[in-house]
Amino acid sequence: MTTFKIGGVHPHDNKSYSAHQPITECPLPAKAIIPLIQHIGAPAQAVVEKGQQVKVGELLAKAGGFVSANIVSPVSGTVTKIDSTIDAWGMKMPAIFMDVEGDEWLETIDRTPDIVTECNLEPKEIVDRIAAAGIVGLGGACFPTQVKLLPPPGKKAEVLVVNGVECEPYLTCDHQLMLEHGEEIMIGIKILMRALGINRAVIGIERNKPDAIARMQELAAQVPGVEVKALKLKYPQGGEKQLIDACIGRQVPSGALPIEVGAVVDNVATIFAVYEAVQKNKPLISRVMTVTGKSLSKPGNYLVRFGTPLSDVVALAGGVPEDTGKIIGGGPMMGRAMNNIDMPANKRTSGLLFLPEKESRRQQPENCIRCGKCVSACPMGLEPYLLSKQAELAMWDEMEKHDVMDCIDCGCCLFTCPSHRPLLDYIRMGKGKVGGIIRARQAAAKAAAEAAKK
Amino acid sequence: MKNLIVSPAPHAHSGDSVRKNMLLVIGALLPAYAVSVAAFGWGALITAAISVAACVLFEWLIAKFLLKEQPTIGDCSAILTGLLLAFNLPCNLPWWIVIIGALVAIGVGKMTFGGLGQNPFNPALVGRVFLLISFPVQMTTWPRPLGFATSYVDAATGATPLATLKQIVKGGDTGLIDQLPDLWSTFVGYMGGSLGEVCALALLAGGLFLICTKVITWHIPVSILATMALFAWIACPEGMCPGQYIGLTLCTGGAMLGAFFMATDYVTSPMVGWGKIIFGVGIGVIVMVIRTWGAYPEGMSFAILIMNACVPLLNRIRPKRFGEKKQ
Repeated sequence: MTTFKIGGVHPHDNKSYSAHQPITECPLPAKAIIPLIQHIGAPAQAVVEKGQQVKVGELLAKAGGFVSANIVSPVSGTVTKIDSTIDAWGMKMPAIFMDVEGDEWLETIDRTPDIVTECNLEPKEIVDRIAAAGIVGLGGACFPTQVKLLPPPGKKAEVLVVNGVECEPYLTCDHQLMLEHGEEIMIGIKILMRALGINRAVIGIERNKPDAIARMQELAAQVPGVEVKALKLKYPQGGEKQLIDACIGRQVPSGALPIEVGAVVDNVATIFAVYEAVQKNKPLISRVMTVTGKSLSKPGNYLVRFGTPLSDVVALAGGVPEDTGKIIGGGPMMGRAMNNIDMPANKRTSGLLFLPEKESRRQQPENCIRCGKCVSACPMGLEPYLLSKQAELAMWDEMEKHDVMDCIDCGCCLFTCPSHRPLLDYIRMGKGKVGGIIRARQAAAKAAAEAAKK
Repeated sequence: MKNLIVSPAPHAHSGDSVRKNMLLVIGALLPAYAVSVAAFGWGALITAAISVAACVLFEWLIAKFLLKEQPTIGDCSAILTGLLLAFNLPCNLPWWIVIIGALVAIGVGKMTFGGLGQNPFNPALVGRVFLLISFPVQMTTWPRPLGFATSYVDAATGATPLATLKQIVKGGDTGLIDQLPDLWSTFVGYMGGSLGEVCALALLAGGLFLICTKVITWHIPVSILATMALFAWIACPEGMCPGQYIGLTLCTGGAMLGAFFMATDYVTSPMVGWGKIIFGVGIGVIVMVIRTWGAYPEGMSFAILIMNACVPLLNRIRPKRFGEKKQ
């Protein structure tokens, strides 16, 4: 069976709680808060003013740089203020506050349920529409999608790798999207292949979703060049580098981007958004998110308009369970524990997971017994036991030599450690330090080169 | 809403623990131990009980009163050390020698370095080798396995197959070949030797169980046994068929116990696949050199301890990085 070659772990997938729950639309909030940072890169710049009336689909904030994304109004109503809000981790971030009035959309948006199959746009037009719609990678990284479609000079895309893996336990939103909107995703794939000027796409789906595999295979049979790969269950298969390895057998070198091996990776949810933007003229104003947990009364997959407070979505799913100890934004492997659920849904919120109190605490760490399980589990071929010790001892140079910058934060080391050592916590800290040192060195080298020119 | 717990990702754990691994290894030793009890009777029961009790007690005392820290006997590693030490002793060893062995194993072999995970040498083997050098007579008087003997100290003793082999290989005494046990009886057991080495079959079954439950990987046992077999095939003494010599090499002495249970000790073996293979090959070669040319009939303990010393060096071998090009 196909999978990525190095490391990986097998967490219990726990998807049964919300799997096959039809996508349900969440009602509009009375007040919406739209953060200006919903992507990797520069914050978006607000283009509306206090008191201004906006419709759904109107631009609220424009991309603040090459790597940035537009933010489009997900609701209609009045801008009440542009101020900072507190996110789910207690950090301040700039946001636009709106009073929601009705649900009035721009006339240019096609709201009919008809599926538009034909696309005869030029690649440039497709990329422009994607950029205008504010689409980012909805798998979790939130990297602006149009940037991936513009390979740097000298690099050529060959294969579109479609991420339908959803390797995070508990999450089922991509699975349900493939079942309900497979046809649109397939058109989205054709659009992206057209934009990239390529004729090959590989869709990777793990074997715990046999119905999605069957559905996508049936659809792919009608599209030349598109192939579905059923992948063996293993975390972190949805990691970009691991997915490319599993789907097309190419390994992206250390420090390089997927385009180095001719691959462009996009998540199925992103591709659905591309379809809507290009074919229906509908910008990215909502996403499907999984709200789940063992004790939740109505776990499911909810279509949520950005700006809706997460507490509204939770209420729809049956309210916060009594025994909740931890609320996680995303899945249990890479998601972040939140300290409140007042923050608004946005492009980043792929799921909400409620863990019972007894599963919320880590066990007491014991001595490292040098079993080497972290080394076997690391999908990047690193030595987590060593890196974490080096971080404890502030040996930054050694960490750099041992390739700490390759770490993808997947958490396999900590997941597998029988001594419950906080390996990734230390490695993450070390990675931050080493990254800073490398950037400072590059800046110094650049300054020295410029000084030499004068 | 009540206060939420916040911690960095990942929020899931495999459920693996040090204790679970130790208990699985202890469980894997039980079939072999059952055969030992059947073969040696009270001797096997008393020696193992003293050894385990002494190891746990010494670890608790040293942690509590010398290191003044919370004792970690709950992780069951001291029980395992005690059991492995007993497996490496003759079953009629006087009780006070067993206690000295336990003190050296836990005190010198483990706690001196800071407890579990810090020791460079396998503690049970440190204890055994200390006893072998200090009490050579008692440590090499092997009782014959005679079923449920009631008196354990006065058991009938005799030469082990390895001692006979030594005379053939080193002394060139080919007349003794007829006295060697046949392959099947060495495989299923009932030869003289250390408490835990009676039945190669039971040890092999326990070892395979550990590989299947992913407590250990195949690298170390396979490389040790393959190296020993290859060595035996090349250096087969005249007058013996290589098949018989290879079989005797793998089934007698500490080969199985060492390969599956002693050399695979997490703390004192390398972390990465290739390191483990080199470690195993090193052990295999050293064992056969000692068995063929050395003064002792068996060299498993020494071989493992010597290779333990090489582990920090072997840990410099890096695993294959993702996306690394072949040089």
